[in-house]
Amino acid sequence: MARITLDNLGHAYMPNPVNPADWALQQLDFEFEDGGAYALLGPSGCGKTTLLNIISGLLVPSRGRVLFDGEDMTTRDPTARNIAQVFQFPVIYDTMTVRQNLAFPLRNRGVPAAEIDARVREIAEMTDLTEMLDRRASGLTADGKQKISLGRGLVRDDVNVIMFDEPLTVIDPHLKWQLRSKLKELHRRIDRTMIYVTHDQIEALTFADRVVLMKDGGVVQIGTPVELFERPAHTFVGHFIGSPGMNLLPCIMAGDTAMIGDTPIAVANAASVKPGGALEIGIRPEFVGFADRGLPVQVTRVMNAGRYRIVETVTQTGQTVKLLASNEDEVPSEATHLSFDPAFTRVYRDGWLAGEGRGA
Amino acid sequence: MRKTVNQRAWLFILPVLVLVAFNAILPLMTVVNYSVQETFGNNEFFWAGLIWFEQVIESPRFHDSLIRQLIFTFSILAIEIPLGVIIALAMPRKGAWVSVCLVLMALPLLIPWNVVGAMWNIFALPDIGLMGYGLNALGFDFNFTRQIGDAWFTLLLMDVWHWTSLVVLLAYAGLVSIPDAYYQAARIDGASSWAIFRYIQLPKMKRVLTIAVLLRFMDSFNIYTEPFVLTGGGPGNSTTLLSIDLVKIALGQFDLGPAAAMSLIYFLIILLLSWVFYTLMMRNEE
Repeated sequence: MARITLDNLGHAYMPNPVNPADWALQQLDFEFEDGGAYALLGPSGCGKTTLLNIISGLLVPSRGRVLFDGEDMTTRDPTARNIAQVFQFPVIYDTMTVRQNLAFPLRNRGVPAAEIDARVREIAEMTDLTEMLDRRASGLTADGKQKISLGRGLVRDDVNVIMFDEPLTVIDPHLKWQLRSKLKELHRRIDRTMIYVTHDQIEALTFADRVVLMKDGGVVQIGTPVELFERPAHTFVGHFIGSPGMNLLPCIMAGDTAMIGDTPIAVANAASVKPGGALEIGIRPEFVGFADRGLPVQVTRVMNAGRYRIVETVTQTGQTVKLLASNEDEVPSEATHLSFDPAFTRVYRDGWLAGEGRGA
Repeated sequence: MRKTVNQRAWLFILPVLVLVAFNAILPLMTVVNYSVQETFGNNEFFWAGLIWFEQVIESPRFHDSLIRQLIFTFSILAIEIPLGVIIALAMPRKGAWVSVCLVLMALPLLIPWNVVGAMWNIFALPDIGLMGYGLNALGFDFNFTRQIGDAWFTLLLMDVWHWTSLVVLLAYAGLVSIPDAYYQAARIDGASSWAIFRYIQLPKMKRVLTIAVLLRFMDSFNIYTEPFVLTGGGPGNSTTLLSIDLVKIALGQFDLGPAAAMSLIYFLIILLLSWVFYTLMMRNEE
């Protein structure tokens, strides 16, 4: 029920940060729109939990402001912000029944008993907990407990945002998928802003409308899952998202043409590459194919990945290029050539997409 | 894999069996032996049946000691457990003060028991002791060697001083093991401090508190040294707890039979009450 604005935000856990490395969270400006599904994605230690705790009010940032619908909430506590949070490990009140657990946030706020009862029923229904309402919460399995945590977040119908801090960590793999679809379904149903922190790209890409990809306390790219896949703003994004990650090949610019060794490569952003810096061509394995002419390579390895195969090739200068081949495709066994789809082949300068943002 | 079945495992537990036999089972059996015999010296023993047990159970002296013992134990439990929890809650969870607090808390536990008794005896003396003199100077008529109420007050205060730390340390260990996420979730759920205590801290401390109650119950029910040094069971018999009475009978009067019977009854009472405590505190555990 609120638009959340991060204004010039930054956080350091030490009192007097000097180096950029002292900041757990670098300079950040962002706006979470009301009702959106967001994911904060990044490797461990990239600052995503720090950011989450700043939004929820468990942590006061060293710099900048957090605004809810334009109102400064930077130093207000979680209760005042009216948010909900689901933690990595299920937090339940052991001595209470499932029903009492779900009712707890409402009871603390002095909601009338009849209203609590109705609301708890509704949430139990949504989270498939109806059958267990009168059982002791401590007796439930990990996913049941995590549903209680989630239910306690949903039970208040006026929360501004529900936040998830790697909520599927302790859930069995086969139940992860179920809970994830449940979350997605709930988001559609209640239309509340949700922010989901994870280091798992599949969780992030399947849950979120917009993904905030973080690294070393800074935001690398913000975009839809498709944008992150098709148009990575940084080689890190190309590498972190996708399996296998994006191929990176050192190149030079000869006028408006990118060259790998002697081979000219058609790239989408050739015109915007400015001189200087270390240049690389980034191309996802999904957009590489075998061809009669193009980049000469040697096939070194074919790995079966179930519905498709991952083919590893090596160029004349010793660079590895991976591509995907369907099970029906014939994979050449010796020297061959590769062609890159020009629409998805881009030049990166010092890691950043040439011609855009920090790569300009 | 096939399991090999052999009896070799017994060899490994043999040392423990021998140890337990020599320090617990054999002495206890000796006591059982004394409790059903009569002796007039010269190491001659005669079968006496259950006479001593009947005598102890019917003896008003035993009843009085037992009642005093129960009053003492339940009083110190009622003071030390809540006080220990309150102190543990007030202690810092991180920072330099943690070690300072822990060392301060551990100090009373490190002092030999007879020294504790002697310390408090001197401390409470009305003419030269700081507490005794101070209380009298404030206008109280305090003399623990003559007045029953004062003797009990000093005795309880001494035990609270000596043993509350144990409860504090156990409760503190329980508190620091609670992950931060619980407190964060509670803040988000809008829980009051009381609700946090009632629904997070207390349930998470339950196991260590059970241990604290059992330890304090058993130790206080067995207490001997400190009251013996402090009051010697007096004035009169007013602070003669079970173990002091037992030693008087066994070593003062050399009534081995009645003393042995009393020991066994004493032992069974502790066992029974420990079981009751444990069952009560664990009744909701799955």
